[in-house]
Amino acid sequence: MSRSRRLVEDWRYADQSALALLWPLPAPERIVVAPGESVTRALVHEGEGVVQLEVELGAGAVADIRVLSHGAGYGRVEVSATLGEGADFTLGAVQLCDGDAKREVVASVTHAGPDATSRQLVRSVAGGRSSASVLGRIVVDKGADGTDAEQSIRALLLARGASANARPELEIHADDVKCAHGCAVGELDEGALFYMAARGLDPATARALMLQAFIAEPFAGSTMEEQLMGAARTALGAMA
Amino acid sequence: MLTIDNLHATVADKPILKGLSLTINPGEVHAIMGPNGAGKSTLGYTLGGRPGYEVTGGSVSFMGQDLLALEPHERAAAGLFLGFQYPVEIPGVSFVQFLREALNAQRKARGEAPLSGGEFLKLAREQAALLKMDMDMLKRPVNVGFSGGEKKRAEMVQMGILNPSLAVLDETDSGLDIDALRVVGEGINAIMRAKNQDGTGKSVLLITHYQRLLDYVKPDFVHVLAGGRIVKSGGPELALALEEQGYEAVTA
Ligand SMILES: Nc1ncnc2c1ncn2[C@@H]1O[C@H](COP(=O)(O)OP(=O)(O)O)[C@@H](O)[C@H]1O
Ligand SMILES: [Mg+2]
Repeated sequence: MSRSRRLVEDWRYADQSALALLWPLPAPERIVVAPGESVTRALVHEGEGVVQLEVELGAGAVADIRVLSHGAGYGRVEVSATLGEGADFTLGAVQLCDGDAKREVVASVTHAGPDATSRQLVRSVAGGRSSASVLGRIVVDKGADGTDAEQSIRALLLARGASANARPELEIHADDVKCAHGCAVGELDEGALFYMAARGLDPATARALMLQAFIAEPFAGSTMEEQLMGAARTALGAMA
Repeated sequence: MLTIDNLHATVADKPILKGLSLTINPGEVHAIMGPNGAGKSTLGYTLGGRPGYEVTGGSVSFMGQDLLALEPHERAAAGLFLGFQYPVEIPGVSFVQFLREALNAQRKARGEAPLSGGEFLKLAREQAALLKMDMDMLKRPVNVGFSGGEKKRAEMVQMGILNPSLAVLDETDSGLDIDALRVVGEGINAIMRAKNQDGTGKSVLLITHYQRLLDYVKPDFVHVLAGGRIVKSGGPELALALEEQGYEAVTA
């Protein structure tokens, strides 16, 4: 597969008939959540292309965005959110890469008003010679006191040739801010795999259970949790 | 049940088991005691087929099969249960899901029909009750946040659910308080003193440092493992002598 830079971006979304997860978005899509309102989105991005979401949350608004990004080629999902006073933002993203795939999640969360809360949870699984990158940014503007921002980025490498990059960025210009963040890249726990085998699980089933557990958190609590997990299981099953 | 003949095994190229022989007949309980680093856990892992534990010589026959030719999950389906000295935490996978998948995988390998969700929960509830473990614990991720004693109790609940023919229990008694020790000891008896479906007896290999578990689960034979071999075998009195005099004096 060609790694040459694409001048014309190719937009491709999940098969509409397969799941009602699809949001045919003109790029970049702008979601404005009025004060006190709430919005939920579940997006499956399969294959090549760039998806951009810009979310603006008014005072006390709630936005819940879940993303599954998988498939071949270069795929990128960008989500940026700006939070007003007391708003609440969730981004839960999973990217599954195999073969020569190169996938990226770029998240940028700006706390523009005080007392808002945000969570970014990103889990990547990379096999083959693929690479999974995550850029997670938290900006806390001046005056956004009482911010509670959380970010957790983790990746699991299934093959020696696979790679994962995780880059957190924090910019804090306010006081009384809670910012919890963590990054980790690891491999499947051999000890756990043997424990499962010792109880009778064949290697493929043991691996599938471990991978499903690993990617579960970003989808947990979503109204689309089951559909997203179902789509992710199918994609994981297709990975080498 | 199990015949280990002149078993040699290495871990990270280091010889650990150096000619270990042991025969366990159906219905027998054997205890293996021995100093730290003797190779007790290595024996358990080698029997279980853990990657990295390489057999370099000898043979192991389990219920008429060449145990060493089987994959780890096939050994479990054949009726071998390994109770871990350090049970592994698996975040995100509940005990209920894990054990149901495991039991049904074993049943499938044996050509038996899978248990339904309801049937499995009934079985799990019974076995949890036997070990006086709250069923809610089994809804939690495998071993995550469990105390040392709770993990050991959960190992025995798993054993009860999976109902093996041979259990190799690696220091199941460590980390247990006195009450939990009694519950676990009685649990082992209830599960493993029962008969197999075909009427034959089940067998247990207890790896332990202390006599106290043997007060509940009375062994037929006691062996001392040192330097990768069985250096002394005897009856229950051997465990008492070890407890009083220590390994060095008894094996000198
Ligand atoms: N993964 C390993 N890598 C290297 N050495 C090991 C490993 N596991 C065990 N050993 C060594 O094997 C020997 C026996 O260990 P073990 O079987 O755990 O003893 P025991 O259970 O009797 O205390 C020890 O010397 C230990 O250091
Ligand atoms: Mg040990």
